[in-house]
Amino acid sequence: MNVIDTSRPPERAAAKVADFKPSLLLSENHHLCPGCGEPVAIRLILEVIQELNLTQNNVCILGHGCYGSFIMQMDVDSTLCLHGRGPAVATGMKRMRPDVAIWTLQGDGDMASEGLAEIMHTAARGENITCFMLNNGVFGDTGGQMTAASVVGQRTKNTIEGRDAAYHGNPIKVAEILANMDGTAYVARGSVHNAASINATRKLIRKAFLRPMHGHGLALMEILTMCPTGWFVPPGQGAEYMMESLGKVYGLGELKDVASETETVNP
Amino acid sequence: MSKMRLLDGSEAIAEAAIMAGMKFYAGYPIAPATELLEYFAAKLPTAGGVCINADTEIEAVNMALGAAQVGARAATGSCGQGLALKQEAIAEAALNETPLVVFNMARNQQDYFQATRGGGWGDYHTVTLAPKDLHEAVEHTHLAFHIADKYRVPVIFMGDNLIARTQMGTSLPVPELDPLPPKDWALDGKMGGTGKSRWIWTFGGGKAGNPGLGPDGYWRQIAEKFEHIARQEMRHEQGFCEDAETVVVAFGSGGKYVEYVVRELREEGYKVGYFRPITLWPFPGPALEAATRNARNIFVFELNAGQMIQDVMLSVEGRHRIKSIGGVSFDDSGLNIGPMMDARIIRERILAQLNGEPIRQLPISGMGAYL
Ligand SMILES: Cc1ncc(C[n+]2csc(CCOP(=O)(O)OP(=O)(O)O)c2C)c(N)n1
Ligand code: SF4
Ligand SMILES: [Mg+2]
Repeated sequence: MNVIDTSRPPERAAAKVADFKPSLLLSENHHLCPGCGEPVAIRLILEVIQELNLTQNNVCILGHGCYGSFIMQMDVDSTLCLHGRGPAVATGMKRMRPDVAIWTLQGDGDMASEGLAEIMHTAARGENITCFMLNNGVFGDTGGQMTAASVVGQRTKNTIEGRDAAYHGNPIKVAEILANMDGTAYVARGSVHNAASINATRKLIRKAFLRPMHGHGLALMEILTMCPTGWFVPPGQGAEYMMESLGKVYGLGELKDVASETETVNP
Repeated sequence: MSKMRLLDGSEAIAEAAIMAGMKFYAGYPIAPATELLEYFAAKLPTAGGVCINADTEIEAVNMALGAAQVGARAATGSCGQGLALKQEAIAEAALNETPLVVFNMARNQQDYFQATRGGGWGDYHTVTLAPKDLHEAVEHTHLAFHIADKYRVPVIFMGDNLIARTQMGTSLPVPELDPLPPKDWALDGKMGGTGKSRWIWTFGGGKAGNPGLGPDGYWRQIAEKFEHIARQEMRHEQGFCEDAETVVVAFGSGGKYVEYVVRELREEGYKVGYFRPITLWPFPGPALEAATRNARNIFVFELNAGQMIQDVMLSVEGRHRIKSIGGVSFDDSGLNIGPMMDARIIRERILAQLNGEPIRQLPISGMGAYL
């Protein structure tokens, strides 16, 4: 058992939990809004990469959305590709560098709207990559318009009275679709609305990296993230609003896992 | 030297690409680029590469971008219709400095604007190589990958139906090209956590703490690079221009036909010459200007309603009588090039222009098998 050595001063000065940053973040400053869930999700992903010893063996492909600015914050070999095309770019990369962990960072607009064809075909091919969809149910970056993932009733800039299924169509549940496809190894949905969900999501992210690395196929990891700005609610109410809207439609947990628990250890 | 083989253009290009070290190809079937995809599907895996039958042209070109960004020689291919879908990604490759080869097995010559003007956003150009036959196609395949790597740019290889589908004897020679710098910019995934991680990004943003030039500075740098390429990479071929009163300008297979007709007319005493741009961008304007210094007429033969003629006009600045002797020419023969790609007709058109006679319109091919 580890015992804290009190005979010497600690190597590091005591820090507030909030000051801690994974070493793969180059800066604690980011340009996202107060109350945004995306930095929390990205931080979790970077922590898991570190945990799995993948820091010097991974490439990130970012899509177009607020998270895209993290190309500057992450100390990771990265490209910011065309809107929606991440899984295709990742395919070319993975086929040429099968030993490198290749992951995409996309939003619901990037994946469910612009890039639905790419994610579905990439899943069907069973590419051994990890795809993250940060789902806030809006195009956050362009100011909060309806995406394919906006839920029925959701107010957005172009569904002011709420998304009307008869007029605007129904939401597309990418995770549910992919879970039913051959070629996916792991499909899960997490959230970052409170401490418990953050802890749970971190465990799911771990598996989402491990399954493709073990050659089981594509992993889709959806994470519900708060977008108070795009939802027109005060930052402090984002978490609650999210679970009342998106949370009612997008159930949390694992939707598919082809591998056994024993494979959650490092390769 | 390896022995001579009788190959069609598609197979020769596929072999040359593999010899050039291409490791990744993604395509989507469309005539006359389909054979290229089929050859790569058959041959690339045994050469240690990957060929993916992509689900759209958009996916194909983005896959090739990814493969190139991690350091592999990569290509995609189609004809004009498919290239239309790839434009966004070709512009992206130009702006984020990804070396990429795009085979355009064009159906005829109506894609000149598409190749040289591009349809993506931003200040960019695409180096475009237009071989006249299979032999040059083999050389240009090597050259396309070389130029792409040398400058980190997309290069369009503009073949055509005739090149793709006619056979010639070739030993698949490998041209001698300068050594290239190492791809130390490639995203191999190894720099994470070192503080020196790499980025490939159209907006030139860099990383926190080392934020790069930003879009304004980065795009100026890209624009300067294209100016530099324009000076370095102009290529052309010309014949009998020194004393020519009339110079006929044509590219690709059309250039080969024109060369044949000009030689014929020369033997008959006509003071004609030919000029063939090999790079459509950069267009060899200064060379054309020099080659036509003593000429009165410039005739432009191209199988379209008049596209390259704009570059000709820009190059010689109105000193000549510039006339189009080409036109739209398409048929359903399987070669698609239509009735105009014919030495007798080219000859007839040159002579009509010289004598100030009207150019005979060719009968319209009609829908034929398309119906
Ligand atoms: C081809 C193209 N179309 C549109 C855009 C504009 N655009 C930039 S970000 C974005 C929204 C992305 O939404 P999402 O992926 O959900 O990310 P979020 O901002 O919500 O995190 C859009 C539509 C673009 N960059 N490229
Ligand atoms: S608009 Fe939404 S997703 Fe974008 S930074 Fe603000 S809160 Fe986050
Ligand atoms: Mg979104």
